[in-house]
Amino acid sequence: MDLTYSAQDDAFRQEARAWLRANVPAAPLPSGDTRRGFAEHVLWERLLFQAGWSVVSWPKEYGGREADLWQWLIFEEEYYRAGAPQRVTQNGIFLLAPTLFRFGTQEQRDRILPRMAAAEDLWCQAWSEPGAGSDLAGLTSRATRDDAAGGWLLNGQKTWSTRGAFCTHTFGLFRSAVPTDPERSRHRGLTYFLVPLDAPGTTVRGFSRLDGDEGFADLYFRDVFVPDSDVLGEVHDGWRVAMATTGSERGLTLRSPGRFRATFERLRELARSRPGGLDERLADRLVSCWLDVEAYARYTEQTVTRIVEGTEGGAQSSLNKLHWSDLDVRLHELALELLGPQAQLDGPWTRGHQFSLAGPIYAGTNEIQRDIAAERLLGLPRSR
Amino acid sequence: MRFAFTDDQRAFAGGVRAVLDDLCPPPAVRSAWNEEPAPAEALWRQLAGIGLLGALVPESDGGLGLDELDILLCLEESGRAAAALPLVETVVVAARLLAGTEQASRLAALAAGELRVSAILDGSFLVPWAGFCDWVLVDSGNAVYLLPAQECVIERVPTVDRARPLGRLSAVGQLSAVPGAWPTGQEYLVSDDPRRIGRARQAGTLATAAQLIGLAERMLWMTVGYVKAREQFGVPIGSFQAVKHALADALLAVELARPLVYAAAWAHVHDTDDADRDVAAAKIRAGEAAGLVARTALQCHGGMGYTQEYDLHLWLKRTWALQASWGQPGELRAQVARSLGLSIAVPAG
Repeated sequence: MDLTYSAQDDAFRQEARAWLRANVPAAPLPSGDTRRGFAEHVLWERLLFQAGWSVVSWPKEYGGREADLWQWLIFEEEYYRAGAPQRVTQNGIFLLAPTLFRFGTQEQRDRILPRMAAAEDLWCQAWSEPGAGSDLAGLTSRATRDDAAGGWLLNGQKTWSTRGAFCTHTFGLFRSAVPTDPERSRHRGLTYFLVPLDAPGTTVRGFSRLDGDEGFADLYFRDVFVPDSDVLGEVHDGWRVAMATTGSERGLTLRSPGRFRATFERLRELARSRPGGLDERLADRLVSCWLDVEAYARYTEQTVTRIVEGTEGGAQSSLNKLHWSDLDVRLHELALELLGPQAQLDGPWTRGHQFSLAGPIYAGTNEIQRDIAAERLLGLPRSR
Repeated sequence: MRFAFTDDQRAFAGGVRAVLDDLCPPPAVRSAWNEEPAPAEALWRQLAGIGLLGALVPESDGGLGLDELDILLCLEESGRAAAALPLVETVVVAARLLAGTEQASRLAALAAGELRVSAILDGSFLVPWAGFCDWVLVDSGNAVYLLPAQECVIERVPTVDRARPLGRLSAVGQLSAVPGAWPTGQEYLVSDDPRRIGRARQAGTLATAAQLIGLAERMLWMTVGYVKAREQFGVPIGSFQAVKHALADALLAVELARPLVYAAAWAHVHDTDDADRDVAAAKIRAGEAAGLVARTALQCHGGMGYTQEYDLHLWLKRTWALQASWGQPGELRAQVARSLGLSIAVPAG
């Protein structure tokens, strides 16, 4: 056990901290989940890219720094500590990119990754459908073979696509073969597609989230042609390919402890500036939040060690997601109480509160995560 | 950075586990309940034989010269087995307190299993493992003394966990057990260095947290086994979502508490600035996790668990005992609050 960082890691931290201090906008940008705010965030992403900070863990040839997982954690910690803008590119760089590195062809990586790193192409997800949320394998959007043209025709509707109304590309699953036994083999016959949102037959309709921002979109596909070169992984094998992506969404890559450390520090400042000070109950709730944040940080250090040493099992990521999503809600609920009457106002904490409530729902609801933990980690019998 | 134990540390714990599997199955814990000392005596001798009792004793005094991180997983194993022995008090607290003091000459006997030490450093007068121990470390408020149990008046009191008997220390020699009124002769004095005493208390809190993790894990897997086998409505009750989700939450609590305990062990051994806070965090969360698992385990066992005929109660009661020992949640939480700079406003008027 060694819970100290190397001199090299410390130097990396100092470099990141210095750059962020010099470059993070003094005033917060408007929400990246609005059209205007998104455009400003894209400019920020391009600035990050030019300085080599947009995709620190990627290979240098695609714009990264080849940072290992420890340095990635350091960067995230410094990023959120500095109060830097939300990452509107995260669905591409944290969800699609790991899948491309694992399943993509060389041609796909060379074509897609540099433009993604530079925030030239902006990617959104096309997973959920009106009738397929937690039960993702129940999706009904279709991919029909077009041999003559060397590709596929997509039809159907995807929904809850985050920032879909502002993005240029999407990635997701479509049913390419009807399962022979719908009860047993529905995970087969799905194919993973990469689609430009200006492809003929594509319609995008933005709609409001709980907080009113146009952060969601419906994506409609009507005979949208996709060439074979935009199939990711093997045809009909999309479920396995996609699970690698959702694994990273539930797991480490989207929610580094640095986010929650930064939120806790802001919460502590809020508590210190509270008129009338703290009573014991509020102080104790802050202690609970700190314990949750600290536990997550230590848990993550343990997980990273296991990944580095090759001993990590995938189902652990369900525990990860359960913890950080509930933690985020608790942090914000406490903030509302500390705010008192101000908690009625539309502002960063009340926005954050509404956003935190999405955590236990997206990326597989926490009920699904508890099922996964019970079945795969404890070995309890399947009930579905 | 490397957040993992070494192969040696894991191997030592594996050796301890093998001994515990052999000599501390549930019937052995039951023997302690019934005040039959033979199984505990046999286990104590065997743990001396594999070096655990003297693990923290310097090599020059006949020990292994290891640190708390080296034996943390061993302590977790002792919790898993609900071993009815003063391991926290003798192996950790006494070994740490005596080293380098006038009393260090006793360490060789400690490592050999011939010195059985209880300890109360929390200001209470409840001596754990009364009967088994022949020495007691007592904190007078400004110094710690090692007193022969036979010179103390220790009255046995009824306990919830009967395998961890308590005695109420009411008098030492001719003196009442009032802080400051204890014998102050060099003969019994171990240390009046607050830093040394604080470190020993920290070690005891850490060791107890490790045992709570082991207890929690044992209860969790005991319950998993039960709900997979127990059928109602024609199916295993472990297939019901209400049961699965309760156990998933219990697992989550254990798995998130565990790294806090391991990190606290590292902080303690390296004596970091935050070690007190980190050890407090470890005990708080290990106690909460074990408490949640205990409740979930009892609930999932239904009526089967609500009896002394079934073994679960042995683990429930040890959990409750350790939650209330070596650091109270309220005090530990207040300590963390102070370390975070959260001061409580005093109401006006």
